[in-house]
Amino acid sequence: MDSKRRDFLKIAGLTAIAGIAAPSAFNTLLKGEANASAQAVADKACPAVTGKRYGMVIDVKKFTENPGLADQCVSACHTIHNVPDFGNKKDEIKWIWVESYSHVFPENTQYKRPDVLKDMPILTLCNHCDNPPCVRACPTKATYKKKDGIVGMDYHRCIGCRFCMAACPYGARSFNWRDPRGKDANGQPFIKAENSKYPTRMRGVVEKCNFCTERLAIGQIPACVEVATQTKALVFGDMNDPDSEISQVLKTSFTIQRNPAIGTRPSLFYII
Amino acid sequence: MIEKALKGSTGYWVWMLFLLSIMGVGGLCYAQQFNYGLGITGMSRDVTWGVYISQFTFLVGVAAGGLMLVLPYYLHNYKAFGRIVILGEFMAIAAIVMCLMFIIADLGQPMRALNVMLYPTPNSMLFWDMIVLNGYLFLNVLCGWVVLQSEYKGIKYPKWVKPFIYLSIPWAISIHTVTAFLYCGLPGRHFWLTAILAPRFLASAFAAGPALLMIIAMILKRNTKFDVGREAQDKLVTIIGYAAMLNFFFLGCEFFVAYYSQIPGHMHTLDYLYWGLGHGDEVFNNLVPFMRASVIMGLAGIGLIFVSRAKQCDGLLILSCALIFLSFWIDKGLGLVLGGFVPSPLDYVTEYYPSIQELGITAAIWATGFFILSILYKVAISVKLEKEI
Repeated sequence: MDSKRRDFLKIAGLTAIAGIAAPSAFNTLLKGEANASAQAVADKACPAVTGKRYGMVIDVKKFTENPGLADQCVSACHTIHNVPDFGNKKDEIKWIWVESYSHVFPENTQYKRPDVLKDMPILTLCNHCDNPPCVRACPTKATYKKKDGIVGMDYHRCIGCRFCMAACPYGARSFNWRDPRGKDANGQPFIKAENSKYPTRMRGVVEKCNFCTERLAIGQIPACVEVATQTKALVFGDMNDPDSEISQVLKTSFTIQRNPAIGTRPSLFYII
Repeated sequence: MIEKALKGSTGYWVWMLFLLSIMGVGGLCYAQQFNYGLGITGMSRDVTWGVYISQFTFLVGVAAGGLMLVLPYYLHNYKAFGRIVILGEFMAIAAIVMCLMFIIADLGQPMRALNVMLYPTPNSMLFWDMIVLNGYLFLNVLCGWVVLQSEYKGIKYPKWVKPFIYLSIPWAISIHTVTAFLYCGLPGRHFWLTAILAPRFLASAFAAGPALLMIIAMILKRNTKFDVGREAQDKLVTIIGYAAMLNFFFLGCEFFVAYYSQIPGHMHTLDYLYWGLGHGDEVFNNLVPFMRASVIMGLAGIGLIFVSRAKQCDGLLILSCALIFLSFWIDKGLGLVLGGFVPSPLDYVTEYYPSIQELGITAAIWATGFFILSILYKVAISVKLEKEI
């Protein structure tokens, strides 16, 4: 009789511990951040405004009106960030690039779209998701979400497992399949002109757009946005500041996000 | 006890030298990959995982398959598995070692592999996979070795090992569940995003693992005095047969959901794997012959394995097990991982072909697995035969 009672108490105790521990453990799993709290879960549907959340609006029409602008944005970014050019698709590394509508929005309807849409250059880059699957997947916290909403990469911690690349639903990530600091068969370096203000990467790590976090730190705006300043084709800023330019644009224009149905809450908005 | 592995026939030594030579060639390939980078493989920006990760996924199943012997023997006291259960545990050891080697081979920065432990990240399924795989390796080394050593000494195994044996049972389920969770928790990869992935993994594991074991047991029966026994053999046929059927049932469920719902994202990868995916002006179908062969071999294997038991024909048994093993090797060791990357998130189709070096490294890791397996089985069988005769 006594031993049965003790067994019962043991089981009851264990169940209680499991009951207390399980929800918080589950939260940690889901959030992709260690500091998950009940508050955060309650606010999930409508994320609480805490500090900054950087975002970008891409006005696609402006890029059609200004041919060549999209390529200038790409080139500015890739030059500043020492993105290598291997000259082939297999090894390709890109932080920001031009795609067509049907590739950026494959889940949207392609039926009877205006002809102009086909040739519109649409800039594509990391969406800096508010709920990033890549951060959830990374086994070493080499990719992480910063307090200002930017999804960053630690090139020195990345083990190159490429789990984040499988997890990214936007194909925004690139892997250094070979040494980016090397030279091709003709002796041409893969990084045409090295910018000493930003580190080059080593072979075997993942990289992607960082929203120019290193420029924001010294009060500059992202390189691509700077190139597009005059045309206002790209609007960048803090979406949590109601007075910011981007907040005004989002309030007054109809914008779309890439694949919003999967719950990643992208910080990139398109005006088509 | 390990000294048993150092005494053997000429055939044994030739076999071991053969495996060592493959390991040597693969080692050279790995040196090349280590110096050049993963660009030496066929992987690309769109298909970021190739044969390494797909072999890893399949072999987790082979390791988990040992459960089908451990569970009846230790939990239900099914005595007929007395001789074969150690083979299951040792096969799990070899399979897990291969899994870990495939993961290391796939890392861009293998020297940083320990970062997974230095910066533990519980929200990553890869972190949990590291824990469950190493845990399962530890449990099988411990249980297998202690039980065999007790037999060698002619005593019953110590009581303290029993909890570890019981723990290894749910642990086997966990390794393949967590491995499925690597894939099925990723938004935007429709082919993997299915709740039935873990059950499907387990069903194929419980067929493929014991099927490989059965083939090895039959080879041992012909070449040594070691016979697992008719009853164990017949029981294994039931296990393999039903697990394989369950796998195809689950696969059928996937087909129904995709094609009845008509959701394009769900159909695309199945189109690519089984019929050929029309995209733009092209049709992409490089995996279609393999995937169709997989279905045909699997179904044929299921039919034949029951015939082989009815006719008590060992030759047919080997053939049917080989068909089932190959079928699931193609299904998981090829189609599952590669298919998930087609089409890409930006709706491009990139087909993947492994490079020579990649295949060399893959062959070498398999050879290493068989090398370990041969040593362990040599020890186990020598001990068993010595004690029984």
